[in-house]
Amino acid sequence: MTVTDERPHHALEEGFDATIAADQRIEPRDWMPEAYRKTLIRQIAQHAHSEIIGMQPEGNWILRAPSLRRKAILLAKVQDEAGHGMYLYAAAETLGVDREELTEKLIESKQKYSSIFNYPTLTYADIGVIGWLVDGAAICNQVPLCRCSYGPYARAMIRICKEESFHQRQGFELLLAMVNGTDAQREMVQESVNRWWWPSLMMFGPPDDDSPNSAQSMAWGIKRHTNDELRQRFVDMSVPQAAALGVTLPDPDLVWNDERQAHDYGEPDWAEFKAVIAGSGPANAQRIAHRRRAHENGAWVREAAQAFADKQQAADKHAGATA
Amino acid sequence: MSEDFTAEGGHGAVPTEGVETGQGKPARRTWPLYEVFVRGKRGLNHVHVGSLHAADDEMALHNARDVYTRRNEGVSIWVVKADHITASSPAEKDPFFAPAGDKVYRHPTFYAIPEEVPHL
Ligand SMILES: [Fe+2]
Ligand SMILES: [Fe+2]
Repeated sequence: MTVTDERPHHALEEGFDATIAADQRIEPRDWMPEAYRKTLIRQIAQHAHSEIIGMQPEGNWILRAPSLRRKAILLAKVQDEAGHGMYLYAAAETLGVDREELTEKLIESKQKYSSIFNYPTLTYADIGVIGWLVDGAAICNQVPLCRCSYGPYARAMIRICKEESFHQRQGFELLLAMVNGTDAQREMVQESVNRWWWPSLMMFGPPDDDSPNSAQSMAWGIKRHTNDELRQRFVDMSVPQAAALGVTLPDPDLVWNDERQAHDYGEPDWAEFKAVIAGSGPANAQRIAHRRRAHENGAWVREAAQAFADKQQAADKHAGATA
Repeated sequence: MSEDFTAEGGHGAVPTEGVETGQGKPARRTWPLYEVFVRGKRGLNHVHVGSLHAADDEMALHNARDVYTRRNEGVSIWVVKADHITASSPAEKDPFFAPAGDKVYRHPTFYAIPEEVPHL
């Protein structure tokens, strides 16, 4: 829908600023600065792509889940991630883009997705660790987005956050079962934690002094906490959880700081982070190729359904005309 | 090194520079957009929950069930083509709703009644 508000530009801008200042929500047909709209499209689209691509590393284990119970849980979890992608594409479309177009941009790598999904799932313990750490980190990021200044995004995030809690708990429960199993299972969990800990910390993005875009997003009420604040929260939450599992987090600098009442921790390898997002992660090419294949293989289904709908409509019209 | 990345997007940091945002004009014809309304339980109104694309009405209903009610969030769903919705425009906001603005006598608090009068 196009904006038809005909007040002068400065009045529109004042109205927008007043709404943000009052901590009220901007809704789709309100006037908004072009940079606000673009920031949201970029953020919501790449969030949606992350949910959709995020199905692949876990989908990898659906057929090999060790029991029917675990298979049903994993299937439900992966279905939820598809749902998250759909809620978010719907929110992005309220800003004047089309999801078909966004999918094209994803498979042409003109829009990206979270670096975390470019790591492979090598063992079944990875399914538990993804639920615990990766969904856990996502929860830290997503909960403040429920109060995002853009109404449709905030509402989508509320639905998503309700479902994420199941994701994290099923992962943690899976790990509890494994650490209470054999030595080999315990080793498998530890090895998996060693691989996923640092990429999970990187999910929060570079340190604050390296993220100049954050300030504008915070002024607009899109982002509510800085990268470092969220990362700290995640570290502090994870330490007692790791203790409950009896696993070690692979960071020699991780230690409680009594003065700060928070944990100190080591610096993630930002060169790796940048390389993985840019396309040289272990699984980038495979993830995009798979998404492209799924999209292209589904084209005939989309076209057939459209042809059927057109035929039905023509038949209805004909019946209406002769009745 | 990293001035063009931030943790925007709840699932982790993504680039913020050099990312195309799109024009709203897909290359191919796409399925129409439907808005979805769900009645959470008996006794409640249908509430707008989001949108989806489907080739026809029936597919829209099925997709709405799968996307928006995976955990018994609804006992009834309405889907309506977005094109069929007529909305008041933001430009009309003030004059459109103005007739209600100066009719304070429509509210019970407008009327002063002595405190000792019961049940009013
Ligand atoms: Fe998700
Ligand atoms: Fe999740």
